[in-house]
This record gives sequence, C-alpha cells and structure tokens, in this order.
Amino acid sequence: MAKEKENKNTETNQQPSLPPSGFKVVVREILRDKVAMVAFTIVVLILLLTFGGSLLLSGQNVTEINVADAYYGWGEAGHLLGTDDGGRDILKLVIVGGRNSILIGLAVTVITECVGLVIGLITGYYGGTVDGIIMRIVDFIQILPQMPIIIVLTTVIPNYNAFTLVWLVAMFGWTTTVRYYRSFILSQRGRDYVLASKTSGSSDLKIMFREVLPNITSMIIIDVVLTVAGNIGIETTLSFLGYGLPTTTPSLGTLIGFANDPVNVTTRPWLWLPATILLLLISMSINYVGRALQRAGDARQREN
Amino acid sequence: MWKTVLRRILIMIPQLIILSMLVFILAKMMPGDPFSGMINPNSDPKTIARLKQEYGLNDPAWVQYTRWLGNLLHGDLGQSYIQKVPVASLIWDRAVNTFWLSLLTVILTYAIAIPLGISAGRHQDQWQDQSIQVFNYITFAVPAFVFFILGLWLFGFTLGWFPISGSVSGDVNPGTFAYYWSRLYHMLLPAILTALITTTGTVQYLRTGIVDNKVEDYVRTARSKGVPEKVVFNKHILRNSLLPIAAFFGNTITGLLSGSMVVEMVFSYPGMGKLFLDSISQRDYTTLTALILIFGILTLIGNLLSDIIMSIVDPRIRVK
Repeated sequence: MAKEKENKNTETNQQPSLPPSGFKVVVREILRDKVAMVAFTIVVLILLLTFGGSLLLSGQNVTEINVADAYYGWGEAGHLLGTDDGGRDILKLVIVGGRNSILIGLAVTVITECVGLVIGLITGYYGGTVDGIIMRIVDFIQILPQMPIIIVLTTVIPNYNAFTLVWLVAMFGWTTTVRYYRSFILSQRGRDYVLASKTSGSSDLKIMFREVLPNITSMIIIDVVLTVAGNIGIETTLSFLGYGLPTTTPSLGTLIGFANDPVNVTTRPWLWLPATILLLLISMSINYVGRALQRAGDARQREN
Repeated sequence: MWKTVLRRILIMIPQLIILSMLVFILAKMMPGDPFSGMINPNSDPKTIARLKQEYGLNDPAWVQYTRWLGNLLHGDLGQSYIQKVPVASLIWDRAVNTFWLSLLTVILTYAIAIPLGISAGRHQDQWQDQSIQVFNYITFAVPAFVFFILGLWLFGFTLGWFPISGSVSGDVNPGTFAYYWSRLYHMLLPAILTALITTTGTVQYLRTGIVDNKVEDYVRTARSKGVPEKVVFNKHILRNSLLPIAAFFGNTITGLLSGSMVVEMVFSYPGMGKLFLDSISQRDYTTLTALILIFGILTLIGNLLSDIIMSIVDPRIRVK
C-alpha cells in the first residue's frame, strides 16, 4: 500500500520536469490570441442562445402552421424577425434550427472521430497488409460522389429522419479522419518510447491506447473543432438543397433555402437573412478557434 | 513514366467495376423499373408483366447487372421516366453547360490562386501575406452556398451587374456573337464566386511550398553560385512549390462536380447538377442512376489525371 502511494508521488513529482502537456500549451496559446478569444466568446454565446433558447421554447411547437400569420415583416405583430409562408416565427425557427444544425454537426463528428481514431491507430500502428487493405477502402470511398449518393439515399431510405442523416454523413466522413491520424501515427511507430514499451513487453493495444493516444490529444481537439464546423456546413448544404433534415425539423439550411425564390430574395429578406448571418457567425467563429488551436498545436511541436 | 501511367490506369479498372456495382445496387433500391417511363393509362398490366419477363427483370440480380453493364458499354443509359426520352440525350446538353462553367471556373481559380499563393509565400509574414491569410480563412470558413446566395443577392439583385439565372438570354439567336457573349455573361458570376471559394487549398499549398523551399539547401547553393534572385525564385523555388498543386488538381475537379449542384441550383443554371436535383424531385430514377455513374466516373478520371500529372512533373514518384 505504502509503496504504491510512494510510486504515485514520484510520478506526480516527475511531472514538472516533462515538457508541458499538449492541452496546457494549447490553452496558453489560445489565451494569448485576442481574436481567438473573441471567436471563442461568440461560439459560447451562440451555444447559449441556440441551446438555451431551444430549452425555453421546448413547450411550443415552432413548426406549427398558421397561415393567417404568413409573411409578417420585421417586428410586425410581435414577431421580431417576422414570419414565413406558414406563419411560423422566424426568430424561433432560427434558434431551434441553429441548435439542430449544431447538434447534427456534433453527432456526426462524434461518430467519425471515434471510428477514424480507432481505425487510424490500427492502420498507422500495424502498417503492412492491414494498412494496405484499409487505405484502399478509404481511397475508394473518398473518390465516390458523396453529395449525390447521400441525396439519393435520403429519398429511398424508409423512415428517413435526423439520425439517418447523421449516419449517412458519417459514412463518408470517417475516411478523412483516418487519413489525418494515420499519417501522424505512422511517424510515431518507430519512436523510442514505442519501441521501449514494446521491448518491455507491453501489448499492442496498450501501446496504441496508453502510449500513442495521449500524444495526440491536442490533434484530437483541433480535428474535432474543425470537423464540427465542416459537418455543420454539410448538413446545412443538404438542407438548403432540400435533402437534409426532414421539413418538420427546422434547420439553418432550410431557412436559407427561402432565398432560392427570387421574390423572397428581394422583398422578404427577413426569411433568410437571419439564418444566413447566424450560420456565417457559427462557421467563421468555430473555424477561427480551430485555426488558432492549430497554430497553438504547431507551437507545441516547436517546443518539443 | 509510361509504366506508371499504365499501372495507374490498371488500378482504375477494379475501381470502375466496384463503382458500377454500387450504382447498380443504388438503382435497385430506387422504386420503379425501366417500363415506368412507357406506362400510360391505356397500358395493360398483363403486357407490362410480359414485357418485364421478356426484358429479364425477373432474372437473378447478377444477370441483370451484367446486362445493364453491357448496355452501358453500348452507350445505352436507359429511358427517362418523366421526359420519355433516352437519358443519354437528356444529359448531353446539360453536360456541355456544366463543362463550360467548370472550365471557366478552373481557369479563374488558378488565375486568382497562383498569384495570391506566390505573393503570400514571397512576402511571408508581411502585410501581403497577412491579408491573403485573412482572405484564405474567409474562403475556407464560409459555406459555399451562403457565399453564392450573398453574391447573387449583392451583384445580381441589388447592383444588377450580372444576370440572376439561366445560361443564356431568350432574345439572342444561336450562332451569333451576341449569343456567345450572353452565355459567357451568364456564367461569369457563378464562375467567379466558385473560383474565389475554391482557391483555399491551392493558395495554402503554394504558400507553404514556397516558404518551405526558400530555406532548402539547393536554394542556398544556387544563391551562392551567384544565380540571380529572380531565376532562383522562378526556376528553383516556384517549380518545386507547384508540385502539390498538380496533386491538388484532381481534388479541384471533384470539388467542382460536387459543388455543381449547389452553384447550379442557386443560379438556376441548366447543367448536370441542376438536372440531378430536378430528377430527384421528379423521382426520375433512370436519369439519377446515369448521373451518379457519370459523376463517379468523372471523379475517377480527375484522380487519374492528377496522378499522371504528378508523375510527369515529379520523376521521384515514378515506378522503377
């Protein structure tokens, strides 16, 4: 018992002599970058607005159609951002739609990161035939026409809903993640710490998940942030084209889709402009945070 | 070098076969059959059943697959359900429109991206570089369709500088100069906007390439030999930095094809992407199947071109 405690103590004592962990450096670098802090604040505010607002609206049916209220302009009849063709309040649709788009982006990212990370670790670590086979599959999926296939599948799959959409987008997305991690892990394979661990008899699984994985935490954070932004882009594009979220589920893309009608573009900007601005803010702020993290990650590599 | 090209083309054969199988499975998942396009209120269900039997729609899947593939190789893409014309003729006009739009876009993309990339790499960390980085961040972060909508709203509707939809005005006669000018004029705004948003990768690769190559040993050697700075930059640094752009070419083509749907929808431009969206809303499944196959084959060819160009410009990756 006592010995174990001692071991733990020496372990914690050793910490300061090691190079600072990836996460700490990343946080430090971000705090230095003023613009990134602004972008990060915007992300937090948008999350509060969309998720908090959706909670407040949870009792109401925002997609309920009331034709008598159709096409109110800005601020008319108590609708701050007006109403659409079905008399639905645009402000509420933007809030719920924003939340839905962000949630879909997050859900797809969780799946693609998990699948991509595990497969990336395996291909990068083992190399050889395993790597050869998996990478041929990855190559092939990447050259498939992603958008047309997803769109056709959304129309032929029975009981199509938001979860189906998440799986469809994830089905193509994991390949990019695999490539991202694989190249890094390939470079770690021959490093001393991996070889040392192997010599001392660690199992492959232990080396992959206990030794290599902690080394890529900052890479994971960066990739998650940028992938979420990318996936929000894919979902909104699909919804904009009319084949993303089902029409009963509000999405920023569906709202921006109002701009496909020339009459709406010129005379009813309240229909599509708020959603467009929110989507711009979301993509630009998340991407900025992602890029700042990337720079911070590079800075960490310089220090090592 | 021919060995590399040949090997690369051979790799494409299994890819094509798997692609065709996938498309066939996708087509089988869609409701309807080739006769739905011929059915009218007067047709007898028994005749249809007989026709189905005759044309082998009750055969095992692989028999149907090989027959479908055989027809494809003869250029027979089937009959459109809705338009009641052969799919091939339906797609041809649209493909020509998409081709011209894509060609103009590719030219504009490189015309914008290469000077920007060179300038950013040359003046690393100076104001040119910093403003190009901001531009690059915007084109990377803004979703394409938002960019198109805002562009159309500003330059098409508000300022009225460009036409807002279609591929040609109705009041010009085909064959005249005014006709070709009108077609070009209709393509300009979509092409410029697409080009701007596609530059990201090329600018970034070119900048990084130049920045990395600047400090390489061979550049120092060239300078110490007394090679003029201009020649060092154009002959040594630039040539090596252009390599990744060749590799990126296939990617650009793929991006244009998948992006064609969005840009053609926003600008109501009658190309393949618009045809795809129209077909799906009309449930015209034969046309859809053919279009997915074409999109897939074009993407494969884009990648093939990319690899072949790479092997031409970079002798290091050729098969020995």
